[in-house]
Amino acid sequence: MIRARARTEPSPWAVVAVPVISTLGAFLAGAALLALAGVNPLVAYLDLVSDPFGSVFGWTETIVKAIPLILTGLAVLLPARMRLWNIGAEGQLQLGAIGASWVVLWTPLGHTPVAVPALLLAGMAAGALWCLIPAVLRAWLNVNETITTLLLNYIALLLVDYLIYGPWKDPASRGFPLSAPFPPAARLPALIPGTRVHLGLLLALAAVAATMFLLTRTRFGFEIRVLGDNPQAAQYAGINLGRNILLVMAVAGALAGLAGAGEASAIAGRLERGLSPGYGYTGIIVAWLARLNPLATAIVAVLLGALFLGGDGLQISLGLPIAVVSMLQGLIFFFVLGGERLAGYRLAAPTPRGAAAAKSR
Amino acid sequence: MAGEPGHLTVDMRGITKRFPGVVANDGVDFEIAAGEIHALLGENGAGKSTLMKILYGFYQPDAGEIRLRGTRHRFRSPRDALRQGIGMVFQQFMLVPSFTVVENILLSGPAHTWRIDAGRAAAEIAAQAARYGMAVDPSARIWQLSTGEQQRVEILKLLARGADVLILDEPTSVLTPQETRDLFATLRRLAAEGRAVVIITHKLAEVASVATRVTVLRGGRRIGTVSAAETSSQQLARMMIGRDAVDYVRRDELTPGPEVLGVEDLWAQSDRGLPALRGVSLSVRAGEIVGIAGVAGNGQRELGEIVAGLRRLTRGTLRIGGYDRTGASPLDVIRCGVGHIPEDRQGVGVAPRLGVADNLVLKSYRDPRFGRGPLLDRRAVTCHARDLIAEFAIQTPGPDAPAGTLSGGNLQRLILAREIAGRPRLILAFHPTRGLDIGATESIHRQLLTQRRAGAAVLLISEDLDEVLLLSDRVAVIFGGEVMGVVRAGEASAEEIGLMMGGARRAEAS
Repeated sequence: MIRARARTEPSPWAVVAVPVISTLGAFLAGAALLALAGVNPLVAYLDLVSDPFGSVFGWTETIVKAIPLILTGLAVLLPARMRLWNIGAEGQLQLGAIGASWVVLWTPLGHTPVAVPALLLAGMAAGALWCLIPAVLRAWLNVNETITTLLLNYIALLLVDYLIYGPWKDPASRGFPLSAPFPPAARLPALIPGTRVHLGLLLALAAVAATMFLLTRTRFGFEIRVLGDNPQAAQYAGINLGRNILLVMAVAGALAGLAGAGEASAIAGRLERGLSPGYGYTGIIVAWLARLNPLATAIVAVLLGALFLGGDGLQISLGLPIAVVSMLQGLIFFFVLGGERLAGYRLAAPTPRGAAAAKSR
Repeated sequence: MAGEPGHLTVDMRGITKRFPGVVANDGVDFEIAAGEIHALLGENGAGKSTLMKILYGFYQPDAGEIRLRGTRHRFRSPRDALRQGIGMVFQQFMLVPSFTVVENILLSGPAHTWRIDAGRAAAEIAAQAARYGMAVDPSARIWQLSTGEQQRVEILKLLARGADVLILDEPTSVLTPQETRDLFATLRRLAAEGRAVVIITHKLAEVASVATRVTVLRGGRRIGTVSAAETSSQQLARMMIGRDAVDYVRRDELTPGPEVLGVEDLWAQSDRGLPALRGVSLSVRAGEIVGIAGVAGNGQRELGEIVAGLRRLTRGTLRIGGYDRTGASPLDVIRCGVGHIPEDRQGVGVAPRLGVADNLVLKSYRDPRFGRGPLLDRRAVTCHARDLIAEFAIQTPGPDAPAGTLSGGNLQRLILAREIAGRPRLILAFHPTRGLDIGATESIHRQLLTQRRAGAAVLLISEDLDEVLLLSDRVAVIFGGEVMGVVRAGEASAEEIGLMMGGARRAEAS
């Protein structure tokens, strides 16, 4: 009988093998579900890949979707490095969009040349403040941040609804729940002319670099790493847990807020529903598939961005609901978490001699 | 199942066990005969525990064979080994704290009928306990028992399962001198009945007082097996460490300086909310080592944690360097110049997945020499690490190797290097050499004595009475959260201190 034994040390292959094999496993399981839905999984998967990667346009659109995913991925990754689970990047992203819209629509800055930096900063500030709510609750009252960040997502979405159905509704929208459009000065410029790839790409990549620098080259990053590795050692070294919770969550909220400001300014050009098809939640998968490595986040974000885009295609070509994307994402996350756990074991077949000896008694 | 005394029961031949990067056992031969108390002696990392865990079915050997009463055997699991009459007591007891003694023993017992006759079981256990001189109340719950009593329950568990070969891993490390004597008496009775006892140890005194035969391991190889009656501690020490042990403690008389640490009427609670300290007063002066002797769980941990700023006190005052620091945070205490060698090295002393270099600046990373403003200068951190690795002879593949991969002795050198490099005026040393081999122990003792000579005050908390007596200028004995007495080194016998550790006050003890 083959038995699973705990590994004495992690396999060096696990770093790459776990995410890759888990993703393959997820697609295999997804194939079974697609077949149940009466669709040839091969056809579906071919569609899924051909849309995002089959053309220049597909590639640029994949990048467009990867931009917010990089940022929300980092917003999950940074707190996770000190064992804080930020499930609220979705809400922080929404607040970022609200903050940006406020600057553009309700301050005189919207028509000036500084509109773009102003709306980005406002988005980051709004995301940071939103994220500070669960941070303060955790730091001062030890309230579990997993639950508070998650629940605040719903409140953030309702807040957007309130604004676009109520005080911020565009009188010219003919009853549609939309804010007034952003003036041209407040639109994030395109990075590649003729495509939707916008300046946010550079900001997201800069955020990746900054996160790496923060973690490895600053005292703050050192404290995060110690807290994440051994909270007791951190306490022993006099590292202030509460202060670091507030700081890390504020930075995380700002990153997600930046994503929201970018979406509102570059893609939608206004505050509206559906700014994010779940970028905040997908950021959780991005961070874990990247094994909490900032650089890998950028790559994984592209793959999951492609999944969003391919899902759009499936809707059109095969008439599948967009929920297929959520299903595949869910499967990937499930398989990655399971894979992490299984990587801690190895399979061992008993030697024939040992089996004989065991039988002899 | 017990055989004739002297009849060979277990024969391990050419046992080899490799772990990634290390050969823990290299062709080791080991015999256990019925009726003997066989000491398996060696430094840490010599391969003693690995060898016994192979016999107990915990590990599978890569090469070699085990013969049991002449027949070849391969133990696939501890359960398998127990079925063959081999049992092991680990350093960490495996008992359910909320269960009674009887329940714990029944729990581990062989498959029984669904009905449990607890009354009869209790009577049987009481009879067994009495027969081997193990005082323990069968109806007591485990959490109410002392460590020594819990150890007896572990032994009773094995006896209930019919073990003929009892392996005890460092059994005396948690016992008072009195409890140790009781344990040895029990072991002698077990051996006299024809059972075989193996004790894994690195304490020479234990070998001399209880063992009939000794096998010495060093670096995973067997150095030799000798009869305890025909050997000497000097010879065993030579076999164990490959050279003569030197008496390095030539303590010069120093006149202690001003008080560095002062606690007065300290009261505190344990994690469970029970009173842990009841009015402890102490002072440690510059150039002085004050040792705290006592059995674990008598308030030592709470005392150390309060001084380190890690625990709230309920009453009393704490002075460091002449200033009132009652209620100081860990960072305040670090800034007062206090080095702290924590009790739990892996769990508290290091961040195991971070590199050695990072761990060496765990407390000094705020220092301007490691970077300006918010920045951390990796090069300065690595340089600092290289210096300390060389100075303290920390064996590591490099400054970036995860601290968790270091052996116990090297981990302790890392912690000591970090705590001493800050030139502390007060050092809290918690069990600084627990589980370390002679070489590592010696180097850590030397470092502490050097610090003393350099004018540091040292508060030494250790369960190893020999260590406390060896290093301390004064010894305070703690029991039940109170100081039983403070004696000058050399003025009190180990016997007298042992009595105070058991709860006798100084006046009664002398």
